[in-house]
Amino acid sequence: MKKRTRRVIFVSTIIFFIGILFTIFIKTFNENLLFYRSPSQIDSGNIPQGYIFRVGGVVLENSIRRHEDSTKIDFSITDFNKELEITYKGILPDLFREGQGVVMRGKLNDDGIFVAEEVLAKHDETYMPPELTDSLQIDESELERTSKSIR
Amino acid sequence: MIAYIGYFLILLALFNISLLIVSRPVLSKTSLDYNDLILSTSKLQFPLVLSSFICLAISFVIDDFSLRYISSNSNSALPFYYKISATWAGHEGSMLLWCLILSLWMFLASVYSKSLEPSFRGTFLLIMGLLNIGFLAFLVFTSNPFERNISIPIDGKDLNPLLQDFGLIIHPPMLYMGYVGLSVVFSFALTCCIKQDFKKEWAQWIRPWALSSWAFLTVGIALGSWWAYYELGWGGWWFWDPVENASFMPWLVTTALIHSLIICEQKSMFKNWTILLAIFAFALSILGTFLVRSGILISVHSFANDPARGAFILIFLAIVLGISFYIYFKNSSKIQDSFSFKLISKESFFLMNNILLVTATFTILLGTIYPLVLDLLGLEKISVGTPYYNAVFLPIMTPLVLLAGFVPIYLYFRNQAISKMYLYVLTSAIVVLFLSYMSILFTGEFNLSVMIGYIIFFWIVINLIFFTYRRYNDSKRFTFLSNSIGMLLAHIGLALFVLGATIVENNKIEKEMVMSVGDSIKIKNYNFTFSNLEEFEGPNYKSVRGEFTVLKDGDEETILYPEKRLYLSSEMPMTEAGISPGLSRDLYVTLGNIVSNNKWTVRIYHKPLIRLIWLGAILMALGAILSIVTKRREKSSVGVVLEK
Repeated sequence: MKKRTRRVIFVSTIIFFIGILFTIFIKTFNENLLFYRSPSQIDSGNIPQGYIFRVGGVVLENSIRRHEDSTKIDFSITDFNKELEITYKGILPDLFREGQGVVMRGKLNDDGIFVAEEVLAKHDETYMPPELTDSLQIDESELERTSKSIR
Repeated sequence: MIAYIGYFLILLALFNISLLIVSRPVLSKTSLDYNDLILSTSKLQFPLVLSSFICLAISFVIDDFSLRYISSNSNSALPFYYKISATWAGHEGSMLLWCLILSLWMFLASVYSKSLEPSFRGTFLLIMGLLNIGFLAFLVFTSNPFERNISIPIDGKDLNPLLQDFGLIIHPPMLYMGYVGLSVVFSFALTCCIKQDFKKEWAQWIRPWALSSWAFLTVGIALGSWWAYYELGWGGWWFWDPVENASFMPWLVTTALIHSLIICEQKSMFKNWTILLAIFAFALSILGTFLVRSGILISVHSFANDPARGAFILIFLAIVLGISFYIYFKNSSKIQDSFSFKLISKESFFLMNNILLVTATFTILLGTIYPLVLDLLGLEKISVGTPYYNAVFLPIMTPLVLLAGFVPIYLYFRNQAISKMYLYVLTSAIVVLFLSYMSILFTGEFNLSVMIGYIIFFWIVINLIFFTYRRYNDSKRFTFLSNSIGMLLAHIGLALFVLGATIVENNKIEKEMVMSVGDSIKIKNYNFTFSNLEEFEGPNYKSVRGEFTVLKDGDEETILYPEKRLYLSSEMPMTEAGISPGLSRDLYVTLGNIVSNNKWTVRIYHKPLIRLIWLGAILMALGAILSIVTKRREKSSVGVVLEK
């Protein structure tokens, strides 16, 4: 009897701790999900200010503006439907250039400009991020539905 | 011509291994022994695949651009050694390398398995053979490296500049040795299941295989991390990229496995659990291949992708898992196993180790797979970032690494008065807290994460030193080391890794700014001067090279040469970092983009103790190898005594 009680206690402690761990990590998981939006979705959907998400598009021709004596850089991206202004402070990946597909993580500021914290460009000149390829041919109903889900 | 021979050889290898299935019904009617056939087939497989691999390598060296794989991964201007390493730089070639390594492991398994009963050995090698068929079929039908171009190009497209590097020459073979080595463990575990037993000797036999796969995985992952650090130009050593996770998950499960095997061997417990771990470890390494090869991930590893390949691997994974679980659930209840133990015992601590490792694996699996599943279902495009992994993974790992410092102490005091242990643990904890606090005061301001890092480091190191000292003191001999030297070394490696990772992540200094030639900047007590900028030409690229003179407290420390290269045939720009490595710190400089003439954006990093990360990994692998070697020597010396 005693041995059995002990085992019950042992097993239930383990289950208890696993339960706690599980709740904690599901919570952290939800807090750290990053959603992907295309410029068109941003234009039509209400994305809360300060909400961190990812955006992708092709760097627009002649849109890159560098600032003298600062690593700050402004440029625009497009999904061939809508455009989005981006500002970024830092060093860009080697393959960042006009006409290249890029994906960024960041948030929108008051003026609707996307402040990027991280810029990703693939190390392959013909590369297009899969998310981008899809979003370039996204349809209206899809747009409607996905922009609802983050409200 | 050579390519034709290579192709023929790989088909021959597939035919040879397929004999295993075809001949079964035929042989049962004759007097020939099926097990003999299995044995000779599995030994023959390695030379066949090896020759085919050599043929591909030769075709690379002689620039045979009639092969599509070679024309898209090589170039006549590519240096000789990169032509060889380009053999496994793309998808098709790396799958051939995978098959080569699989047949190598099968060869080794058939040579070193004489001590196993013939029927057990037969089943074991048969399972390995079946895996071999699966991967060879994958190679031949979806990723043939010997496929020909319709029209022969004059020159090749060149190897991706990122991969033109020493790290790439050895990273994939090491990682694959680890991944595929798990197939031996997997096949063995499944055989145990079929034979409905898991004897002590069997656990003893399989442990070196698990340990060596683990050592290879460790080295492979560390090499990948090191390569990413100096080659990607971001100065990070781990990104929680799905591809890294893909290699890290099998590593974690194998770590659990090599611990649970100890209990299997010593106490005849946890047998079913161990078998399950072995199945999962290999399943995760196939899953890793699927993630990397199917092209659903964004990473440097996804080259040219093809949905058919992803589908093949996914189906293969489903078959392997389906059959394994069928066999497992059908037979596992018949394996004599025990799961009852005291709350405070060696078994229970090892179980905790296993639970923590498996939980950690699960959290990573969730972060890696969940976004993919959502995407494949067309529901939502999301990604899971570093904050999730740090928030979840680190709290799970902290008790685990503390356990690594405690269990040896428990094992030492177990046979003596346990009250002495409490006294010791208390003393040790005070000493550890004191030392950690002093180290923090000495190196910078107080920071909880750094404090935890120091505590873990000192806790493991001091307890292991105490353990070694007491064990030596008891017998005045070092013989006990033959049992524990591997464990000691691996755990010291773990402690160094934790220290390095914590310090570099919390105390690193990263500056990004615009500099022109002549400008200086001070970081800590180092003074960096952008002293020169020049252009030069390499074998297959041209380069702009900066020169940074670094002074430490006014004296010259080193000169760094970061480069910006442009590879000629692919027109791809590449950043080459200028690094001054050191045990106490790395200095890391890269050139960003040109702003105007002679004016560049520049990254300058100061990374304290980053080398400990890789040093720790090397020690872990070395520990694993040492425990294989000492175990073997011990076994053979017992044999000598018995013969006398």
